[in-house]
Amino acid sequence: MDNIAGKKSALSWAVHLSVLVLVVLWLLPTAGLFISSFRTADQIAATGWWKALFASEQNLALRTGAPDSARQAGGLYVIEGNLLEGENPDARIATWGTTPRQLDEFKAGETGTTRDGASLTLKADGSYRMESPSPFEGKRGERLFAVAKLPPKFTLANYARVLFSGNATDSMAKAFFNTLTVTIPATIIPILIAAYAAYALAWMNFPGRALLIAVVVALLVVPLQLALIPLLKLHLAIGIGKGYLGVWLAHTGFGLPMAIYLLRNYMAGLPRDIIENARVDGASEFEIFRKIILPLSFPALASFAIFQFLWTWNDLLVAKVFLIDATGKTTVMTAQIVELMGTRGGNWEILATAAFVSIAVPLIVFFAMQKYLVRGLLAGSVK
Amino acid sequence: MNPALQAVITIAIGVGGCIGYFYLANLILDKVLCPARGPNIGRNINRANMIRPWLFLFPAIFALGLYLAYPVVETIRLSLTHRLPGGGYEWAGLSNYRQMMHEPKFWEAMRNNMLWLIVVPAAATAFGLLAAQLTDRIRWGSLAKSLIFMPMAISFVGAAVIWKLVYDARPAGSEQIGILNAVYMALGGDTPQQWLTVPFWNNFFLMIVLIWIQTGFAMVILSAALRGIPDETVEAAIVDGANPFQIFFRIKVPQIRNTIVVVWTTITILVLKIFDIVFAMTNGQWETQVLANYMYDKLFRANDWGVGSASAMVIMILVLPILVWNVRNARREMR
Repeated sequence: MDNIAGKKSALSWAVHLSVLVLVVLWLLPTAGLFISSFRTADQIAATGWWKALFASEQNLALRTGAPDSARQAGGLYVIEGNLLEGENPDARIATWGTTPRQLDEFKAGETGTTRDGASLTLKADGSYRMESPSPFEGKRGERLFAVAKLPPKFTLANYARVLFSGNATDSMAKAFFNTLTVTIPATIIPILIAAYAAYALAWMNFPGRALLIAVVVALLVVPLQLALIPLLKLHLAIGIGKGYLGVWLAHTGFGLPMAIYLLRNYMAGLPRDIIENARVDGASEFEIFRKIILPLSFPALASFAIFQFLWTWNDLLVAKVFLIDATGKTTVMTAQIVELMGTRGGNWEILATAAFVSIAVPLIVFFAMQKYLVRGLLAGSVK
Repeated sequence: MNPALQAVITIAIGVGGCIGYFYLANLILDKVLCPARGPNIGRNINRANMIRPWLFLFPAIFALGLYLAYPVVETIRLSLTHRLPGGGYEWAGLSNYRQMMHEPKFWEAMRNNMLWLIVVPAAATAFGLLAAQLTDRIRWGSLAKSLIFMPMAISFVGAAVIWKLVYDARPAGSEQIGILNAVYMALGGDTPQQWLTVPFWNNFFLMIVLIWIQTGFAMVILSAALRGIPDETVEAAIVDGANPFQIFFRIKVPQIRNTIVVVWTTITILVLKIFDIVFAMTNGQWETQVLANYMYDKLFRANDWGVGSASAMVIMILVLPILVWNVRNARREMR
């Protein structure tokens, strides 16, 4: 399109740049939390997450081998070894000195003189060689101070703690299963109910059909806040109380208008011939529905399934009202994260990891089934 | 019992019961009530065909009636009554509404909701339109779209945690770990800000979270609409010497106006019900209260069902115009 007028748009580079800026802006917040979930509490508190990807500079206090480890070679007393072995094997020394005030006295690889007059060569990888014509004295080795570059360091310890530790406040394992228990029936039941209703509304003739469709459209936007107290009262009165059954029914009720609307629109667009032919061939409505409509409607069913899954997985309000009782045994991940924000507001390593455990599943579903999600959005909104 | 096992069993019962209903109800209708054989076969088949739609619709109508229609009526009733201490209710007229009108917190929630209502749909639609237009023209556009769309999958609570880290503030002098404060200090700010506690402006910091989530939605729908624009109109404009901005604002935007309105209203409905973000990030403190959270406070913290229901009715009344408009559109389409 840009070439129609005979020249490439001069705006092209600006477009690439602005899209890049947009994408970075939209990714940054999530990236921050994601990276933080792989850092230790100390790392998170010490530096911003954006510095985690790069090597960080740190001041190290080191000590050479003790005088009794010296050996004689060619008339000199020599101590050799590696200062970074053990604690910081991946670090690289940039500069070093013999007092904490002069960290940049020598560069890595240079030979310097210690306070005792010995000559010392310290390489970037931490290996050193200290030579002296006279024997080394004292019990302990020479103190050295260095500026070292530490490579990025990540840990899975947070995930181990949040998923497997069994720690009552931090563990998300139980909440994860609870969320799953809420989500799966709350996704499948409305699809089943809505598919039958949508078929009736799309392909069966009966009085009041148009009115019913209008009612469904109206109920699409009724705020579920209205339903909280009346339904909680109802659940308590008929003995369901707070529990899984209640939360499934609630999610089913709240998800139905969207489900019926989406599925009816899709089913109404299916070719009339197929259905009429099947009827002529003597198939019952139940058979037509099961063998023709359901398989053909798969894309619409998948779209709604994804919506409902994301919505129930991410829901906080419905779970808080209809599911979670005083014992907290049935808490879901969203509710537990809100709780963690209160009790562990400063512990970003726990909070970030817990949040990511709950975000991970929807993200996987999102990237795997994006096609259907987009299709559903378009069917549900564009008129 | 192992939670995983318990989950599997409950899932099997819930889903199985649902499939069982449809299967058995059809079986009974065809084999017992109106069997398609015997002397009355013609009458029976007609009868079965009259009953069957309602068989298919019954669970849906029942659930919709019970979970959405009945609560509307019941909420109206509750908003007009007082709960008596021993149980039971007494007629209260409009006193719940009057009490609500005298609470400054309610007006704070109203003001904030109006702010949300103006800012969020406008910003999300504008960013969405921008992203749709820009990504449609480049080769890696679909990847860019995926990434901008991604926050849609993240829960409001997850988003709240994500953005709390962005807004985090450390005492002056120590290294900032919240990126906003880090940027602010790098640009010469004097002291790190607790962004969520700055009255009035903190509302905007909460809104950014929802804009961040909803831009992808707007982008996906508007991008489909942009692609549906006939090429001839754009070509004609290019031949006439229109520059890219003129093409966008004068040719493309007017042609997708209806879609823009749909996106706008969809986000508006969402904004009216916004709860999780405020609940998780500030819980309405520092003058960030919104209607849904105010209602939650009244219902479950103050245990005042009358005022709580009254505030729920306010949300319903605000949604009502969109509801009517939607129904009229849907009916026009069906004709």
